[in-house]
Amino acid sequence: MYIDPHVHMVSRSTDDYVHMARAGCVAITEPAFWAGYDRSSPQGFFDYFRQLTDSEPRRAAQYGIRHHTWLCINPKESEDPIFAREVIALIPEFLKKQNVLGIGEIGLNKNSRNEMEILEAHLQLASDHNLLVLVHTPHLEDKLKGTLLILDAIRRFPKLDPGRVLIDHVEEHTAKHVLDRGFWCGMTLYPDTKCTPQRAVDIIETYGSERIWMNSAGDWGHSDPIAVPKAQMEMRRRGHLESLVRQVTFTNPERFLSQSGRFSAEPLRPTAPDITR
Amino acid sequence: MTRAQVVDAYFMEHRARLLDVAAFLDRIDRAGHGVDDFRMSAYRSAMTVLVDGQPQRARRILELLSDPSTTPIASAHTKGATGAHDPSGKTH
Repeated sequence: MYIDPHVHMVSRSTDDYVHMARAGCVAITEPAFWAGYDRSSPQGFFDYFRQLTDSEPRRAAQYGIRHHTWLCINPKESEDPIFAREVIALIPEFLKKQNVLGIGEIGLNKNSRNEMEILEAHLQLASDHNLLVLVHTPHLEDKLKGTLLILDAIRRFPKLDPGRVLIDHVEEHTAKHVLDRGFWCGMTLYPDTKCTPQRAVDIIETYGSERIWMNSAGDWGHSDPIAVPKAQMEMRRRGHLESLVRQVTFTNPERFLSQSGRFSAEPLRPTAPDITR
Repeated sequence: MTRAQVVDAYFMEHRARLLDVAAFLDRIDRAGHGVDDFRMSAYRSAMTVLVDGQPQRARRILELLSDPSTTPIASAHTKGATGAHDPSGKTH
């Protein structure tokens, strides 16, 4: 049994849901993401938020998987601050939806001033509404700098408790920075550009298993929606106790996400397809 | 796991990856002579970390490939990343 706390199911097929359910996935959380192209209007985000809060939970339920989500405009679309602020203004009306856990995945992409301005606008929104925060850290050569800029930015919002903020996509050079400041951290299991299951388990062995989880971040790119159970296999291969496997792939994400008051990983009987839609 | 168990479990997998690295460098050579771009310069620097005998090689290689600056850039001209820091700043 496991939770995938970061996966973009709107980009995935029904076969992926089947494979995830058969591998033991009982609950997922889906952060708002870049579609692979820039949306042409805030209305495009309105419809995306409807998809995340209405149709995707029903699709997941057909496979016995509980679906939760996070809302934002992704940093990849934050270079136009006027546009981004129009999207942020749409978010409050969706916060009443029962599967919305908080604001995410916000953060930085190329570490620009405009991205920082919009990151701070999201952090203000989270602070004002006392919401959990899921933070994307930049890719590859931009990750270390971006992670440090993000950690400093969050510190400027004293109402945001680090224990309610998860910094995602950590690797060997950023995990300690995140943990030392009291935040939660997520490791993304990607075939090429982030952590392999082997390296993720190395990081747990190096930095411990508190305030840490693993996710697939499966999306429309080269990614693996059943990466988390592959990491579970890697832990068992090394002889780790089943209690540790469960901690980092179920108990830890459940503990962090339950702070929202809306998260559930209780067994869900698969629902029948809605033939009226 | 003991040291021997780690080698037993992972040697064959990483023997294959070592050969992938070697074959990649051979492939570049076969493509003709020229000057390494910033990515390959960084890659060759990173390879020295593998054999320096010091711990935390993965962390140190990731740091070596990272942008060392500390302030936000004026604006983003691309969404992508190249995998290594470009000292010229042309790929930001």
